[in-house]
Amino acid sequence: MSAAAADWLSSADVTAAGRPVLSAGEVERHLVARADLEPEESPRLAPLRGCLLVLTSHRLIFLHENSRSARALPLAAIVHPYPPHRKHSNNPLRSIFSSSSSSSLSHHPRIRLQISLPPSRSEVVAIVVSGKGDADVFYGRLLEAIRARAWEVTPVVAPAGGASVAQAAPAEEDLAIKMPVVGVSGILRMEQEAWESAGQNLQDAFQDLNALMSKAKEMMELAEKMRQKLLTNSSAQSNSNDEEMGSKQDMQDWLLSVGIVSPVTKETAGALYHQQLSRQLADYIRIPLEKAGGMMALVDVYCLYNRARGTELISPEDLLQACSLWEKFDVPVMLRKFDSGVKVIQTKTHSDDEVFARISSLAQKADALQKGISPSDAAFTLGIAPALAKEHLLNAESIGILCRDVGPDGLRFYINLLNEIDPQNIYLPKTHGLYHTWISVTTASQ
Amino acid sequence: MQRLGDFRLPPFFNYPPYFTLQPVRETREKQVQLWKDLILDYCRSQKIYIISLEEDFPLFSNPKIERSLSHEAKEVFLAALVNEGRAEWMDKGHKKCLILWLRIQDWANYILNFVKDNGLEDNVMTVEEIRSGIETRGTELAGIDRGVLMRALKLLEQKGKAAIFKGSSADDEDAKENPAL
Repeated sequence: MSAAAADWLSSADVTAAGRPVLSAGEVERHLVARADLEPEESPRLAPLRGCLLVLTSHRLIFLHENSRSARALPLAAIVHPYPPHRKHSNNPLRSIFSSSSSSSLSHHPRIRLQISLPPSRSEVVAIVVSGKGDADVFYGRLLEAIRARAWEVTPVVAPAGGASVAQAAPAEEDLAIKMPVVGVSGILRMEQEAWESAGQNLQDAFQDLNALMSKAKEMMELAEKMRQKLLTNSSAQSNSNDEEMGSKQDMQDWLLSVGIVSPVTKETAGALYHQQLSRQLADYIRIPLEKAGGMMALVDVYCLYNRARGTELISPEDLLQACSLWEKFDVPVMLRKFDSGVKVIQTKTHSDDEVFARISSLAQKADALQKGISPSDAAFTLGIAPALAKEHLLNAESIGILCRDVGPDGLRFYINLLNEIDPQNIYLPKTHGLYHTWISVTTASQ
Repeated sequence: MQRLGDFRLPPFFNYPPYFTLQPVRETREKQVQLWKDLILDYCRSQKIYIISLEEDFPLFSNPKIERSLSHEAKEVFLAALVNEGRAEWMDKGHKKCLILWLRIQDWANYILNFVKDNGLEDNVMTVEEIRSGIETRGTELAGIDRGVLMRALKLLEQKGKAAIFKGSSADDEDAKENPAL
């Protein structure tokens, strides 16, 4: 696809892993592995060829996977979609007779769209489904998406610093007598009303699963609103105590991990499921991975990702397959298998040296010099899972930073002193260095 | 400073990983080296010739830090000594180990120097006199393992520097050292 030639369509953002960036409230509806967009009437418009076609609730996105560029056609611009045809000609009879030979290139199904381009130009373009993917299913989904007119529903996005505007809206609608918002009591009452309606939402949501499903979007909005509110609060009240800040931080993290708005599903992605899942996971996991210090156990990723997906859970096999596909894509994360068989996800920039440095300094603390460190100690200090901490310790052992002690308390690791000891002079250590420090620490405690 | 009897223990004797056989090659090599030296030093100072793996050996455990060597670890460290010619397995099952803190050759030289220094050339001494007699008191020869002594004497005999006379009974062997020959 030539970017310059396709300027008649606005360009769309693509994530680092090659997934389209969806706007607030936009949901992915269907994917077609390979499709062209051909203008039928105007030769001035350049066609788009060999694109991944993503149908969302708002747009048709033509994603060129190699160059990671995308063009989007808003569904709002579609004046009328025509049912799929197998031939260039519009003769329905011929399309029936020729449907058996649809494998030939020119017989790919075409979906013609009448669109209006700004300022007020009408064009007819055709979507040619050339890859695997059922044009009829796509057409059905397209019609659904157009009829739903999701783009007309303004998404509730709390503007920065103006969270109260969005919160006030439902309260105003519900109240027959509109009370003026004056002074502190007015703000307090508004807050009270907002919370009451939020509480009502929560109650409704938990009545049964169907209700939950229908309320899911509202829950997401609520979560976002709460997050915004916490953000503004925490910046405004810098003098609040640490514990409060801590719980706010927890709450924020929790809300942030609430969800992926448009998870890749087998239903929407079809044959492209694992590939798209892989890309979405790569985009999603980047931030949690950074927070976790660049490495996470696969089990933790599975839990986190499924929680973010909410109802569209994936199986462990799907996750593993998605992770193994990363090798083929240019994504900043990778799957790593330790010698023990433990599988983890790490960023490509993650280096073991940094971890070793942290372990080394941890093992040189006075307490660790005396009693060593267990995998759970390391997990606690490094803020990672115990299984992962154990892998790091074993790795550090294998390069000679640590050595092991199998004692009554189980497996523990000590900083490696054996290399520090001069075999010619075992009684009088150097007056500096690790061995000397160890002796002074251990003898002081006796 | 921690002691085992009158033996002065090095500080790393209280280092718990010292008592766990290290799986990483380089670390283990270093650990084995430290154990080999400590075993030889200890045996020499305590005049211990035989270490039995089946019985408790004071050096192989440290009650202070509640650590002791596993059977495998003991065997690895002793085998390292055996490889260097500083020890010998006394049975195929590796249950007993003869520690040669002096090699047989070194023992032979030591006997020779002892004889020279004390003017005992051309004298006849019984094996028991060498092991527990007045002349050898305070030297390394006091309390020497009989087997080790006999091998050292035989080495001297081969070189023509000593002669062994067989007595009537098995434990009545005489040795005549003659460094002049």
